[in-house]
Amino acid sequence: MELDVAILSRIQFAFTVSFHIIFPSITIGLATLIAIWEGLWLKTHNPYYLQLAKFWIKPFAITFGTGVVSGIVLSYEFGTNFSKFSELTGAVLGPLMAYEVLTAFFLEAGFLGVMLFGWQRVSPKMHFFSTIVVAIGTWISAFWIIVANSWMQTPAGHVIVDGKFEVASWFEVIFNPSMPYRFTHMLMASFITATFVVAGICAYYLLKKQHLNMAKKGLSMCMWIALILTPLQAFIGDMHGLNVKEHQPIKLAAMEGIWPAEEENVPLLLFALPDMEAEKNHAEIGIPNLGSLILTHSWDGAVQGLKSVPAEDRPNVPLVFWSFRVMVGIGFGMIGIALCALVLRRKNALYHNKPFLFLVSLFTPTGVIAVLAGWYVVEVGRQPWLVQGLVRTMDVVSPLPPERVLFSLTLFIVIYSLLFGVYLYFMRKLIKKGPPSMATLEQQLIGMKAPGYALAWVKTLNHSEQGEK
Amino acid sequence: MDLAFFYFLILGFAIFMYVLLDGFDLGIGILFPWFEEHHQKDHLMRSISHVWDGNETWLVFGGVILFAAFPEAYSTILSTFYLPIMLMLFALIFRGVAFEYRFKSDRSKPWWDFAFSAGSTVAAFCQGVILGAIVQGVPINAIELSSWIWLTPFSILTGFSVMAGYALLGACYLYMKSRDDMQQRASRYARTLLILILLFMLVVSLWTVVAQPEIRHRWFDGINFFLLSPLPVLSIALGYTTWVSLSNVNHESRPFWCVAGLFLLGFAGLVVSLFPYLIPRHLTFMDAAAPDSSLRFLLYGICIFVPLICGYTLWGYRVFSGKVEDYQEGY
Ligand code: HDD
Ligand code: HEM
Ligand code: HEM
Repeated sequence: MELDVAILSRIQFAFTVSFHIIFPSITIGLATLIAIWEGLWLKTHNPYYLQLAKFWIKPFAITFGTGVVSGIVLSYEFGTNFSKFSELTGAVLGPLMAYEVLTAFFLEAGFLGVMLFGWQRVSPKMHFFSTIVVAIGTWISAFWIIVANSWMQTPAGHVIVDGKFEVASWFEVIFNPSMPYRFTHMLMASFITATFVVAGICAYYLLKKQHLNMAKKGLSMCMWIALILTPLQAFIGDMHGLNVKEHQPIKLAAMEGIWPAEEENVPLLLFALPDMEAEKNHAEIGIPNLGSLILTHSWDGAVQGLKSVPAEDRPNVPLVFWSFRVMVGIGFGMIGIALCALVLRRKNALYHNKPFLFLVSLFTPTGVIAVLAGWYVVEVGRQPWLVQGLVRTMDVVSPLPPERVLFSLTLFIVIYSLLFGVYLYFMRKLIKKGPPSMATLEQQLIGMKAPGYALAWVKTLNHSEQGEK
Repeated sequence: MDLAFFYFLILGFAIFMYVLLDGFDLGIGILFPWFEEHHQKDHLMRSISHVWDGNETWLVFGGVILFAAFPEAYSTILSTFYLPIMLMLFALIFRGVAFEYRFKSDRSKPWWDFAFSAGSTVAAFCQGVILGAIVQGVPINAIELSSWIWLTPFSILTGFSVMAGYALLGACYLYMKSRDDMQQRASRYARTLLILILLFMLVVSLWTVVAQPEIRHRWFDGINFFLLSPLPVLSIALGYTTWVSLSNVNHESRPFWCVAGLFLLGFAGLVVSLFPYLIPRHLTFMDAAAPDSSLRFLLYGICIFVPLICGYTLWGYRVFSGKVEDYQEGY
């Protein structure tokens, strides 16, 4: 078989960036949750908030560390594997990524040391501040990289001089048409992902009858958060979809499996097997006209379909179509869980209903899956373009010998699989070990020279131990 | 043109900060196998586990400055040195995760020890190889892209030089951060490495001067040598000061700063040899520069944030000042 360096480079980039995004989507939300718990602890002195923060900071640390090492690879991969691309777009994407480093990566790294190791070296307030800074750092980081990616989806504010991109208006580059939707959707996705990770583990503890007070607090809080965020996410996602329809109609057609050049009375397909050769779907199951209603807000509104462009300008339809359904499916599953939690809460059964707790613990990794699926919609749906309508992916790969890329790709697959196994192993280990006991926390507090908290500590403990009986 | 020069300086600054900061923590990793006992290894890891991430960010910063300000140089250098860069990245992955997992493991600890020391060593070596290959000259056309041009006796020599240099920085950092037995060991290693590094600097300098006529002219034509003579002279003086202060525990941070000065001089020598090229004899920083609209946009960010970054990085180091023995259990 003839090796094709373009295909290999694309597989390698897709593989490494997919691996990377698993970790940010957890850390962005988890950093924020830890900051909230620390703040609540400082405010209410309720030790279970501290226990939550101190417990989750360990999974956070290994997730963050893996995110960092896999991210560094990416920032070099643009140059190693897509050298022509980086030459063409360096003037646009370079400064955006440089801003990410200046405003986010240094900030995260600078305060992470204090957040992880500084409990005994700075005051609780200063520690809280460091945690907040780390959390905000992760948001800023998401902002810049999403700006860069959104510009590739909906380029704006540039001129092309001698075949290379130059910027005419930075404002238009940064606030390009799809950025606001993609950024909010992604940030929410991370919050939701972390929320369901925490909720899942808390539900697991409740099932195992371990660390009950902390687990109850965690689960209850996460279910409130989910109740607010998941419907909001579906709403933002809908607006995002309309934005895609306006700027990347072919991607939208692939998401919805619409083949005719222009179709009225679009159904909402729940199931279908898109066939790129035959240019139609098999085994369609759909709700008539709902597609038109959602996409055009009218009963029989017309939507542009895949056949309106030549076959070589279409993305891989089945992949986009199914990734989209996976994401939306998980999204509605999450909304369902949040609603169940509300009902159970009214019946005072939130912490005891076994099937529910089991379901929540099953949902632990689904946020990550939805994030990956979402990115596959965005990125695969953009193909064959790298910069929508302007730069084709196949034209800008580095002219490397294919064996060399095959070599690095193989190593990436081996190393990342190993890394992922190790990550899961240590996550399991940390979860089995559970949070630090109240006695340990108290010891650490004394080390922290925070005597004011000791009294509140004893009071709350007595109180909640009575509650547990 | 002026903007391009400013970015040339910023790039130099980023590279130097990286070499200095990640240099000492990679150096700790390189020295790792020479400390046998468990508590000593713990000590080494704990001396840097709160700073390595920030230090490595300078590598990312250097990369994106090259990307943003000199896209052509970024794409050429990175795709040409595909293999050594990938190897360096793999090494950094192993070393980076070792920090997170080593303290949480029991049975697998020897593996993490190995990942940490091998990762640090290989990463340092690859950086040295890339440096050496750039000094020798980078092929520009695609056919040569596929060759092993970066692997030459000279680049292997620079690979070992960078390794020794980082190890020296690491030993001096350890000298500053530890007491008693550990400190004496650090001082012993630092002295050996100091001699080694001065030798390496000498050999590398002579080699470039002999092998590369352009660089020879730069150093020896007219009064140039006279003007440039402070570089070698100061290097020797700094080497001597380092040697002396390694036996005086009252000046326990002095060796580190002297070695930092030594690195600065070596770096200055490099710039003298290569200026104004980013890729020797092919691409100057003026020709590689991105359009003004991009350089100006980023300028604001650099002027505002680089001082801030330096500020809070310094604060971070101050929070963890003092000896490692006094650190309490982590998080
Ligand atoms: C929406 C979020 C998001 C997305 C889409 C990406 N990243 Fe990322 N990245 C982060 C969110 C993030 C983060 C939250 O800031 C991380 C994750 C964990 C961490 O340590 O910081 C991070 C770490 C991280 C680092 C290490 C930072 C350090 O040294 O501290 C680099 C160099 C990159 N990323 C680069 C990239 C590139 C080149 C991407 C695209 C191709 C990319 N990331 C996608
Ligand atoms: C982090 C979440 C992301 C995921 C999971 C993701 C996933 C993917 C996938 C699957 C492809 C391959 C598409 C194909 O070839 O059919 C791809 C391509 C690409 N993406 Fe992303 N992407 C992400 C974010 C980004 C961001 C933030 C950028 C840039 C700033 C980016 C830049 C690119 C580039 C340059 C390619 C071209 C290489 C290729 O076609 O494989 N991606 N991505
Ligand atoms: C429930 C209804 C949801 C709808 C209608 C929806 C809609 C969308 C649409 C239309 C896109 C594609 C944008 C493009 O192609 O440019 C997208 C992308 C994405 N979705 Fe969703 N989504 C939903 C739920 C979720 C959930 C629950 C998550 C994760 C927890 C999620 C994570 C993502 C991510 C990470 C992306 C890619 C990045 C981005 O565009 O922000 N989505 N979503």
